[in-house]
Amino acid sequence: MVDYLTFVFKSVRGMFSGGVRYRGWLAFLMALMAMGGFAYYRQAVHGLGVSGMGDQVSWGLYIANFTFLVGVAAAAVMMVIPGYLYHNKEVKGGVLLGEMVAIGAIVMCLLFVVADLGRPDRMWHMIPPFGKFNFPVSMLAWDVLVLNGYLLLNLHVPGYLLYKKYKGEEPAKWLYLPFVYISIVWAISIHTVTAFLYTGLAGRPYWNAAILAPRFIASAFCAGPAFIILVLEIIKGWTRFPMGERIIGFLRGVVLIAGLINIFLLISEIFTEFYADSAHVASARYLFFGLHGHNALVPWIWTSISMNVLALLALISRKFESRGVIVRNIPLLMLIVAIWIEKGMGLIFPGFIPTPLGEIVEYMPSANEWMVSLGIWGVGLFIMSILLKHAVDIETGEVKPSAK
Amino acid sequence: MNKKMNFVQDLLPKPKARVKEGEVGRRSFIKLLTALTAGAIAMPEKSEAFSLDEFLQKHFHQMSDEEKQKTMARLEGEYNEKYSREDFSVDDTGPQAGVKYGYALNLSKCIGCRKCTHACVDENNQHRGSEEREDQVEYIRVLEMEKGSLDVEKSVHDYTHEVPAAGKYYMPVQCHHCNDAPCVKACPVEATWQEPDGIVVVDYNWCIGCRYCAAACPYWARKFNWTAPRIPDEEVNPDTHYLGNRPRYKGVMEKCTFCINRVRKGLNPACHDICPTGSRKFGNLLDKESVVRRIIDQKRIFILKEEVGTDPSFYYFFD
Ligand code: SF4
Ligand code: SF4
Repeated sequence: MVDYLTFVFKSVRGMFSGGVRYRGWLAFLMALMAMGGFAYYRQAVHGLGVSGMGDQVSWGLYIANFTFLVGVAAAAVMMVIPGYLYHNKEVKGGVLLGEMVAIGAIVMCLLFVVADLGRPDRMWHMIPPFGKFNFPVSMLAWDVLVLNGYLLLNLHVPGYLLYKKYKGEEPAKWLYLPFVYISIVWAISIHTVTAFLYTGLAGRPYWNAAILAPRFIASAFCAGPAFIILVLEIIKGWTRFPMGERIIGFLRGVVLIAGLINIFLLISEIFTEFYADSAHVASARYLFFGLHGHNALVPWIWTSISMNVLALLALISRKFESRGVIVRNIPLLMLIVAIWIEKGMGLIFPGFIPTPLGEIVEYMPSANEWMVSLGIWGVGLFIMSILLKHAVDIETGEVKPSAK
Repeated sequence: MNKKMNFVQDLLPKPKARVKEGEVGRRSFIKLLTALTAGAIAMPEKSEAFSLDEFLQKHFHQMSDEEKQKTMARLEGEYNEKYSREDFSVDDTGPQAGVKYGYALNLSKCIGCRKCTHACVDENNQHRGSEEREDQVEYIRVLEMEKGSLDVEKSVHDYTHEVPAAGKYYMPVQCHHCNDAPCVKACPVEATWQEPDGIVVVDYNWCIGCRYCAAACPYWARKFNWTAPRIPDEEVNPDTHYLGNRPRYKGVMEKCTFCINRVRKGLNPACHDICPTGSRKFGNLLDKESVVRRIIDQKRIFILKEEVGTDPSFYYFFD
């Protein structure tokens, strides 16, 4: 117990100490958080009316970010599978880092959901036995459940492994392996359930399509690992964390394949929507070409698609792989941005336009909404940073038990 | 420069606003600090002070009769104070056995005058719109439709010309009180449900404001309180029902309840009574002799968006 407490103490001390660049980064994130906190306070006082949302488009930037981040969180599993199952040592080191990223991402997911609530003070209504949890009927109840479960799993596994590493002991398999298996299935489930959140709504033809769930997974397994590669590149460049080339190569492969599948599904979706010219087409037409002179999303979606295609071409050509750290990661950054746009501007917003009664009201997030969102990103990146720093400290032996 | 100013103004608290800019920012910041230190879970605001009773208020179904009475008495007090009056009543008149409400609307007669929309706002204490947003809450949306088409996507919502216009017909849409309601299934906390007499209601003190139900509703019938609702004192309707027209709060969902406060006392909904053309018919679906029932049995009726499978209690018909 005492051991464990010193472990925690030393870890926390380690998390907040570091080079100037590291501390500057943390300070920057704290500034983001402060700004977000202020904007959120404003929202709490005046209501969600300070957002750009309204009864026509009743979900916006928050839910879009939430959806995107569920994907990032779920993608950590891409590292877990080969790492633990095939005992590929190199990948294993990366797995730990992937799970740290997942923790940050889930915390952001939960914060985005909370930021979107009209009555955050009543959150306890969701907590059984005090509240009344509409389970298993409500998909949102499911989502809350699986997200929290995923968070716990991801806290347990790396926490345990790091503690053992710190002690210099071999981890006991039965204490983490079963959880690893569970978290693999679980990662798919958080993503699938989030997709069901939308596909389950028969009154929203744009979402009520079977292709949505597979597209969700494909784009997540493209943007998620891309995000993790960026993290790994930073760690590799700036720390002594032992990491081989293979893991990044492996992830680049995953990104490419998932990205291609995503594009293929996009093409099938566009074809089905427009060739048959069905009733479903209004939202899609609004998104891609504009409807009755309303076309706020058109530039966004085409930017997203072009970035997607260009980035994938760059990955296929493999020309950039051997280039400097900035150049070789530009396609990945482009993919992340492209898929972020696709989830928000491409998936959430047009689901509400036109409304079920055929009214077209456009939506753009307000300044306050952007500030809250940036603040939440600040929190998530902060958590990721200190956790990753911690993992690096332990792996490189900078935090270890004092000699007896 | 100008743009920048707009941005700054956008960040200012709106309703009171126009104090010196720096001052508001600083004061809000101090307020933020106080709120945080106080560990306040709910942010107090100008008209809705934080109340522990409200915070701990149980789901309507979990309250005993005694608790319900106490809660309603407390609410009456709160409303009286807020709207400076003494005659507020909040009751919870229950459903009658053997009654299932239904609505039938005659599209051959409706002229699109929107009288129902406005009567509804008055009866049900809807938010009259705030200064910064044009956002009066309305439960009934009247669509101007192309003759010969049932496609709502071709409808016009914001017509201002004289009605009825040539070549058009009018279709008012409000909550259909679905028997297989997507909104009820969606709600993660059971804050919305269907009563035994078919009315779909919301517990305004239980709703967490996630708006999943609004995304789920195929008839765009659910309306959210984006800001603290504003009703002028002299326009408030003090005869209210707990599950119906009592004043709502910022951040919760609301919707048409077939005027639960009226119909459970044997009256017709306000939209029904105001309609100058007699297009609206309301009654008990289980009673073979009722008007609605006769219309359903004898007229050419249709269900809007039947393919979504919500099994509504609201029917349209042509003569
Ligand atoms: S019309 Fe909408 S709000 Fe009314 S019961 Fe049906 S789904 Fe619910
Ligand atoms: S907004 Fe309120 S009523 Fe609607 S689903 Fe959320 S908690 Fe339920």
